[in-house]
This record gives sequence, C-alpha cells and structure tokens, in this order.
Amino acid sequence: MPFYLLLIFSIFQMFAGAVVAGEQYQQVQIVDPYIELQTGSGSGYPVFYVVERGGWIEIIKRKTDWFKVRANGKTGWVRREQLEQTLTPAGKKLDIRDASINDFLRRDWEMGLSSGDYNGSTIITAYSGYALSENLSVELSLSHVLGKYSSSILPNLDLLAHPFPEWRVSPYFALGTGKIKTSKRTVLAQTDDETDTTSHVGLGVRIYLSKRYILRLDYKNFVVFKSQDKNQENDTWQIGFAVFY
Amino acid sequence: MANRFCSILLSQLKLISISIFLFVSQAVTAIEDNKTGSIAEDNPVIEPIIYRKEVNESRIDSENFEATLFAGVLSIEDFGSSGITGARFAFHVSELFFFEASAGQSKAGETSYERLSGSAKLLTDEQRNLSYYDVSIGYNVLPGEAFLTKNMAFNTAFYLVAGMGSTRFANDERKTINYGFGYRFLATDWMAVHADVRDHVFDMELLGEVKTTHNVEMSFGLSVFF
Repeated sequence: MPFYLLLIFSIFQMFAGAVVAGEQYQQVQIVDPYIELQTGSGSGYPVFYVVERGGWIEIIKRKTDWFKVRANGKTGWVRREQLEQTLTPAGKKLDIRDASINDFLRRDWEMGLSSGDYNGSTIITAYSGYALSENLSVELSLSHVLGKYSSSILPNLDLLAHPFPEWRVSPYFALGTGKIKTSKRTVLAQTDDETDTTSHVGLGVRIYLSKRYILRLDYKNFVVFKSQDKNQENDTWQIGFAVFY
Repeated sequence: MANRFCSILLSQLKLISISIFLFVSQAVTAIEDNKTGSIAEDNPVIEPIIYRKEVNESRIDSENFEATLFAGVLSIEDFGSSGITGARFAFHVSELFFFEASAGQSKAGETSYERLSGSAKLLTDEQRNLSYYDVSIGYNVLPGEAFLTKNMAFNTAFYLVAGMGSTRFANDERKTINYGFGYRFLATDWMAVHADVRDHVFDMELLGEVKTTHNVEMSFGLSVFF
C-alpha cells in the first residue's frame, strides 16, 4: 500500500514539477480597449478584473477557447477573441486564430470515430488518415461489428481519392482491403472464430464544420472472401466525426 | 644623454610608425568600403544590443485532453452488484462539448436462482468477467462554481453523456448503449474529481429469452488534464 501511495505521490509531483518548470510564460500587451478576466473557462463565469489597453499580461495555459492569464497578480480566464488583438513584445500580433478552411485543405492527419449500420448490425469504427497529396490519402481503420448472432473485428487499409479537395463539402472515393474476424454467439453452439479477407469500394463526403472538425458520411460495399465457395457482400453506412491537424 | 635621446627618438618613431600604419589601414578600409559604398551602414558607431522577446504561440500549454481513473459499483441485472474499475479519456472540443472513450471491467456475482438452487451454475467463473468499452459525447449542461469557504471557490460542471459501445459478458460481445450524468469538481486547473452515474443497456439471452438489461454504474474518478 505505501508503494502505491508513493507512486501516486510521485506522479503528482511530476505534474506539479511540469507546472513549475513552465514558469517562463509568454508575455503579451493588450491592444483592445480592455480585456475581462473571468473566474472560470466558460462564458457564464463572473468577470472579476479588467486589464486596460497597454497593460501586459502573461499567458499561462489554454483550455479549448479560453486562456488562463496573469496580470498584476490576478489570475483569470480570458476568451480567445479578446486576445486576438494583443501584441507580442516584438510588436507582432499574437497568432492564436482558429484553424480555418485553409488549414482543412492543407491538413496532414485526420482522426475520427464513426458509427452506423453493417448489414443490419451496428458498426463502430475508429480511423486515422494521412494525406499523401491534396487528392490522395491513406487510411487505417478498426471496426467493431455487433450483431445479434455474432460480432466481428475488421481492420482495414484504404486509399482515398478526393477529386475536389477545395470544396467545403468534398466527396471522396475509397478502395481498400482488410480482414474480418467473426465470433459467433456462444448460445449458437458453433463457437469457432472465422477470419476472412475482405476488399471494399466506397464513396463518401467530408463536410468541413469549423475549426478543426469534420463531419463525414461514408458508404462502403464489402466483399468477404469466405473460406466456403460463396463470397458475401455487405453494405455499410456510417456517419462520423473527425479532427484534423 | 645620447641614450635618452635615442630612446625618445625610438618611441617617437614607434608612435609615428603606428599612426602611419593606422592611417594607411584606415585609408585602405575606407577605399574598400567606398568600393562597396557603405561605410555607415556596415559599421555603426554604436552597436545596439536588442533582446527581442519573441512569443512562441505553440509554447502555450494547451489542456484539452483529460485522462480519468475511476472505481465504483456496477449493478449487473440478475447478477447482483459488483465493484468496477476503469479508465476514461476525454477530448474537450469546446467549453460545452467533449468526446469520451471509456473502458471498464467487473466480475458478476451469482443470480438469486443460483444461490437458491445451491449447485446449478449458469456461468463459469471465467464467463462472469464483464468488460466494456464505449465512445460517448458529453455536454456540460450546468457549469458553475462551488464555494468551500468564503474565499475558496472551485470550478465545477454537471454534465450529460450518451454513447455506444460494446460489453463483453458471458464470452459474448453485446452492443451497448450508455447514457448518464456526472459532476466534475476541478480541484486545480489540471486535476478534477468526478462522480458519475451511467446506465449501460444491452440485450441478454442467458435466462432463456432475449431481454434488455439495464446495468447501472456509480463511480468516483480522479482525472488530470494535459
């Protein structure tokens, strides 16, 4: 038991140490007529202090769209929009703008979760993609299908073509291959797991929402190469949410 | 006397030669500078020392992720209540919304039938293991402050969550819907205490016919933001 306590204590020390080590905060000067310091990182928290134009503040950290700042010994939270006009000591504008559709066009990584219907069963998918060029990206995904009589795990590798990357609602075509491992319900007596190879074609659309967020609608037609002679075709419809970097 | 004269002459000569050397060298550099055409620009009289403090925006510590360890009680329908432990990982999208992935594990007890009948066991020991994962969306419906003393306030939030996932119980994976609510108490900016209530809904067919079960989980958690 003392060992666990020590471990927990040292982990906390580590975090506390990280906080102390980061003491060299960024200093910026206010250009707006004034900024308001609130007691919490949400719009409902009361304003308790105001820093006027020309005042210097230290930026301690950020949580979503809120910045924790220190000014004249007071520490509070400021909304991002209020800090966009502030200047760095070199006289430049502080670059804390939101990601925009331009960043969407130049994204490298995309990570998301989606869910929907796989041949009448529920499917949950986690995926991660990397843009090779504006028009081409590769994607690795892992899906879990939960059916009445069986459940399956599907790892997949996809190549995606985006013919109109500059559109806000941008369609894509997918071509991919993977595996499907199916476990039958134990009540059905037949309990052997089956693993088969699959390939699929698909099409979908990425919708740029705002900031770093993408909504995605996706259709895929899977062909499962069964160990028996007959191949099986499965339609998959999914809706997903993703962030990009 | 002659010696002294000599030494003065020598020192004079030394001075003259040094000044000639300096003059010539200056003239040469002046000519060279004239060639490039910038005396003043290249050799300012006073070199100002400027320490520019640049702001590196990427160095602003961003804390939008939250990792939680939790422990509590899970009531497994027909199988009594058992302890549960698990972990959560949340991504705070905005001040209101967050996404969350959870995983937990527990072990079911015995049904009343098993206890009353004495020997008949519905499940083996291994089949009683229950584990689940889910992905959910959360909404901070009531952000607020809690006042511990007159001068001590802590930020809090009451939130709702709903999502879906899978529960593995009795060796089978079951589609599971989860929904619930929780209370987040931020002890510091980067550490919070959670109290959560979640209902995990999935279908079971162990006792003959298929029925929808509600499995309520109550837990306390400790989280860090990073």
